[in-house]
Amino acid sequence: MAVPQAPAPEGVRAGGAPKTVIEPARGWVSLRLRDLWEYRELLYFLVWRDVKVRYKQTLLGAAWAILQPTLTMVVFTIFFGRLAKIGSEGVPYPIFSYVGLLPWTFFAQGLTQSSNSLVGSSHLITKVYFPRLVIPLATVLAGVVDFALAFLVLLGLMAFYGVVPTVAVLALPAFFLLAFAVALGAGTWLSALNVEYRDVRYVVPFLVQIWLFVTPVIYPAKAVVGKLQELGLPGWLYGLNPMVGVVEGFRWALLGIGTPPGPVIWASVAVTAVALVAGAAYFRRMEKTFADVV
Amino acid sequence: MWSNTLMPNDVAIRVQGLGKRYRLGERRGASRTLRETIMGFPGRLLRRRGARDDTLWALKDIDLEVKRGEVLGVIGRNGAGKTTLLKILSRITEPTTGRVELHGRVGSLLEVGTGFHPELTGRENIYLNGAILGMRKVEIERKFDEMVAFAEVERFLDTPVKHYSSGMYVRLAFAVAAHLEPEILLVDEVLAVGDAAFQKKCLGKMGDVARDGRTVVFVSHNLGAVAGLCSRGLCLDGGQTVHSGSATEVVASYVRSGAQGEPSDLARFRLPGVGREVRFTSVDLVCEDRRSVRCDEPLVFQLQLESQHGFRQLTLAASIFNSLGACVGTLFARRVFDVPPEQRVDLRLRISDLSLAPGIYTAGFSLGRGDERGARHDLDVVIGTPTFEVLGLGEATNISVWNPSWGNIVIQGSTLMVTVPEAS
Repeated sequence: MAVPQAPAPEGVRAGGAPKTVIEPARGWVSLRLRDLWEYRELLYFLVWRDVKVRYKQTLLGAAWAILQPTLTMVVFTIFFGRLAKIGSEGVPYPIFSYVGLLPWTFFAQGLTQSSNSLVGSSHLITKVYFPRLVIPLATVLAGVVDFALAFLVLLGLMAFYGVVPTVAVLALPAFFLLAFAVALGAGTWLSALNVEYRDVRYVVPFLVQIWLFVTPVIYPAKAVVGKLQELGLPGWLYGLNPMVGVVEGFRWALLGIGTPPGPVIWASVAVTAVALVAGAAYFRRMEKTFADVV
Repeated sequence: MWSNTLMPNDVAIRVQGLGKRYRLGERRGASRTLRETIMGFPGRLLRRRGARDDTLWALKDIDLEVKRGEVLGVIGRNGAGKTTLLKILSRITEPTTGRVELHGRVGSLLEVGTGFHPELTGRENIYLNGAILGMRKVEIERKFDEMVAFAEVERFLDTPVKHYSSGMYVRLAFAVAAHLEPEILLVDEVLAVGDAAFQKKCLGKMGDVARDGRTVVFVSHNLGAVAGLCSRGLCLDGGQTVHSGSATEVVASYVRSGAQGEPSDLARFRLPGVGREVRFTSVDLVCEDRRSVRCDEPLVFQLQLESQHGFRQLTLAASIFNSLGACVGTLFARRVFDVPPEQRVDLRLRISDLSLAPGIYTAGFSLGRGDERGARHDLDVVIGTPTFEVLGLGEATNISVWNPSWGNIVIQGSTLMVTVPEAS
């Protein structure tokens, strides 16, 4: 049966043909960040979906974003502030721990959710192409909404305790960016690993728990830095845990306590940068097999 | 790049020496645990020297050129590599060897409703699904009303899709997909969903796409659709090209080879929501080579039924569809029969005097109660199998070449009277 074959309309080609070449990639490949930019609208819709779905079927909806860090702060205040009498560098313990919990909750949620994100999106990965980095990135980005809501509570707390931030507060966005980068860096590693090794699912909750204890959320960083110096080690070693830089930076910017920018924070920034770039490179390297393995 | 923009009718897809190797145990659903990797390490060292018998070439040495505006139909039995080819072309998975060049914006439809979220409303899912398929937000906004009208879901736009019936869900999903307008469209079997009327609408939409001059690669088990919609055909088997040429030629040779249709495939042709209490278990054409008949021969079908609890007072209806999916005719068998519980029942349906013109056809069968005179209630319906070819070799009809534009029926038994009125 002869099917009439239409000639290609001239208009279709007007803009010039984008040419795609598909070849087996060998070894390490470029990060293709431009490709990521091309898909920014998909990124937007995935973030929007995550935010929408997360609160759609919950009774309290967006209130959870506030309740979680607030209730944790209350528990910490009762047990660590009142009973264990852990020092809080001269500010009320509730606000001391809340300022730490704010980036911590963002990080912990981002890490947990992005590490499961690829496996949870297997139905997309096996059916349609887009730069896979979009998925963990969207998950971490969706957490920004929760962070913003929880930040409102902080403003209330600061007003209640009469804490007035100094000009250092202008540095806060930079520290938030650092928290974001830490969550994304760890998230890309773990999400890619999770595709191949489902053990990651069991490791992550444990990892988050341990990580909380080695991060100065409950206690001031001074305690650890002091101990390190007592042992004759440089204090910035503590900054190798990038969340130390984040939490201390938040305390410095908002409350004027904690660690001002210095070796500890630069150590955190350096570790984060390395982890983020290496994580993205590892992710891109593993990306080509995701659809076959997931 | 320059030559492409200057010549309207050049190559849209060029595939050279394409191959995809899977390590067995690395395929889908077989994710490893850390323990397996660690424990498997000594084994891998040993195996490296031995023969690589744990690999499978899902695709091997595929060379292909698709010109702009061509519609390529890819056929072959399960596991032939059709989907793997599509997945490589749409960049979902990477090839092991070879090279692919795609000239133009690529859109792929491996499934309808990819990324649909049950908690989101119809409106929200249109945007989400559109973005996942690669549409721009402005593009979705522009086509929004058209999509909603196509899907016929205006009233339920703000209802979460988890409350949709399966029919509505599929219609909405397809509406979004159908409005994807890339220069190269890759489609996998998405037409195998929905009710018959909607399938026909989708086939129509596919035809529009083809007429727009866009390049389409279409993988399907629906041989009729391939023969009807595609200009070129590619038949794969065991990951390799068996036949490549015009679509009708490739479908016909595939039909003749008898390679199609394992019995377990029947579910693929079943309409949704039927076949629960009583169902067809096999549907075959009876003839010498099982796949083709001469146009003066009767059509004989062998059907098998089963029912867990038994059924009484059933009737059979059968339809013949042409390669465009249009129904050529339907019969309602008069004989009423019972299906005893957990026992196979064989039916043999003989259709004589059909007068089908040469070409590719498919059959459809319905098991139910009632007939054309009252409301018929279908209990099982399979449409699109078996596919068969009617050959134009009948001596009685004297047809050697039948032009498709003459239709699907060779009308016989006519009488022509010729009178020449005498001039007075």
